[in-house]
Amino acid sequence: MDDTAEAQTSGLAYGRTEWDDHHHLPTNTGLTNEKVTMWAFLGSDCLLFGALISTYLLCRNRIGPATKGPTAADLFDIPFTSVSSFVLLMSSLTMVLAVTSIQRAEMERCKLWLLTTAALGSIFIAGQVYEFTGFYREGLGFTTNISSSAFFTLTGFHGVHVSLGIVMLVTMWALVTRGNLGPERAETIEIIGLYWHFVDIVWIVIFAVVYLIP
Amino acid sequence: MSTATVSEEDGHQEHHDHGLSDVGYIKIAVILAILTAIEVATYFFDFGVVEVPSLLILMVVKFQIVVSYFMHLKFDSKVFSYLFVTGLILAVLVFAAMGTSMVFWQNPSGCDASAFC
Repeated sequence: MDDTAEAQTSGLAYGRTEWDDHHHLPTNTGLTNEKVTMWAFLGSDCLLFGALISTYLLCRNRIGPATKGPTAADLFDIPFTSVSSFVLLMSSLTMVLAVTSIQRAEMERCKLWLLTTAALGSIFIAGQVYEFTGFYREGLGFTTNISSSAFFTLTGFHGVHVSLGIVMLVTMWALVTRGNLGPERAETIEIIGLYWHFVDIVWIVIFAVVYLIP
Repeated sequence: MSTATVSEEDGHQEHHDHGLSDVGYIKIAVILAILTAIEVATYFFDFGVVEVPSLLILMVVKFQIVVSYFMHLKFDSKVFSYLFVTGLILAVLVFAAMGTSMVFWQNPSGCDASAFC
């Protein structure tokens, strides 16, 4: 019996692709629990950002009856944020190159791409801190009005996600450097990569919906 | 020795073959960069009535490309797609529910579209 037929008779063929038919794992789904958990987490994180983006869209033109001050949209520096967005987008490329490197057992290249991804993420965070500082100097704080609260909560939560991603990337780099993470555990890097790409796609939505759409 | 080594190398090669090559990923990144440049261009040039629809379409295309290729959803098990799409659908429902409550409950006389976005 070939692999595909075996998978079908064992009931594992439902909803599965060619990838699954070549990777038999000792779990009910035939998939690694870690990867399933990460995708479930990312699905639930969609809800978090869906709620935050919705809140901002509904509040962005509302200053409130008893409060004053500008809205975040009045202070956006689109050219600056565009560069930040480009940096984060390119970090997704370096992340996927780190994953392919470790799958090919090219550990030095993997370490290089992991560090590059962490560096690009750090540049993005530095840009966000610079942007927030500029807003504060212009009189837009977290409690200035309902619009600013929604904006800082949304972009702040995204920034926290990116920061956590940087910590995970540096941890992966340290593990690879110390020889505790080899090609046989390449999926660990792939799972961290999924998280990193997720924060990238969230920013794709935020950049378009919050910053660019008037 | 050689059997184990070859088997291990085949395993790595096989895994890699399910995605794109490095050059393929770089091409995807170039496409994403071009799409981002078009998005940013809408800020500097007046696209008129097509501005918002084009920005939304570009956003969806970029989202789809990253999820499909960089996150390997195009090549991976459908189970992952189901998990992720379920979250996305629920997120859209959250948006719709919040929008509905803000628009209709605050203005009983009718829908105030300007309050939404």
